[in-house]
Amino acid sequence: MANNTNNTNVDLAYRRRKSAEEMKQHVISFALMIFLTIIAFIAVGSEQFSPWFVVPFILLLAVIQVILQLYYFMHMNHKGHEAPKMFLFSGILIAAVTVLCFTTIIWW
Amino acid sequence: MHAEEKLTAETFPAEPEKATLEGKNKFIGFWLFLGGETVLFASLFATYLALNKSNGTGPSSQDLFEIPLAFTMTMILLTSSLTSVYAMYHMKNFNFKKMQLWLGLTVLLGAAFLGLEIYEFKHYVHLGHTITGSAFGSAFYLLVGTHGAHVLFGLCWALTIMIRNANRGLDLYNAPKFYVFSLYWHFIDVVWVFIFTVVYLMGMVG
Repeated sequence: MANNTNNTNVDLAYRRRKSAEEMKQHVISFALMIFLTIIAFIAVGSEQFSPWFVVPFILLLAVIQVILQLYYFMHMNHKGHEAPKMFLFSGILIAAVTVLCFTTIIWW
Repeated sequence: MHAEEKLTAETFPAEPEKATLEGKNKFIGFWLFLGGETVLFASLFATYLALNKSNGTGPSSQDLFEIPLAFTMTMILLTSSLTSVYAMYHMKNFNFKKMQLWLGLTVLLGAAFLGLEIYEFKHYVHLGHTITGSAFGSAFYLLVGTHGAHVLFGLCWALTIMIRNANRGLDLYNAPKFYVFSLYWHFIDVVWVFIFTVVYLMGMVG
């Protein structure tokens, strides 16, 4: 798998550095998530903005945060995630239709 | 590679979770499960969105939700997502002890989150917000409660694999198990991001 050279120590050093770099990206995306969360709570808590602005705004922040979770924390940006993407995006498609349906035509 | 082979940091593969056929199958199967979970939570979110104004004579979402508690719970769960990333980082580096340590921290944060959620539900029941009280109550407890049940299940799962493998150490048999748990835990966090946005923040906006 990872044996690009016949020297396992070279491989190990390379891999250690690669995962350290990836960990740095994870810490940055964590900082972004915390930042987005705080913005969302401030937007609602300050009561300065109209619901017509705040609701789409915090939903957008949530979507960005979820993309960070999926692509960085759950490694969907790595190779070999074609099947996971298909499963998850199918799930999201059904989810979107369900929410649309329930909020527009059912129980009204 | 043989699943129970004793490995060293040098011989441990770069993607231990997918180095065996069993690991590959677990990986695919678990993502299929997460697709299904997305649909499960979508039905609960859709129900909540349709019924969140139908509070009848019970308290409304503006009467109930408060920023400090929702904010604390969110921060705890987000941080537990980072600690499980650290656990996977140490797993890839073949450092079993540190992986166990960070998984332990994840479990502690998850337990703190669950404790706050139990306190929250108890508090709401005192205020007259119950599962049978109104359509809003039913939809709220079903959605947030299903998420809480997932957290509880995740805690039991993490503790089980940690204790079961404590003396075994890390190999290609259990690496996929730890990896799949971390996927589950991040997914719980993904669902919570929508809960704190759709239920708590939108509930306070009105």
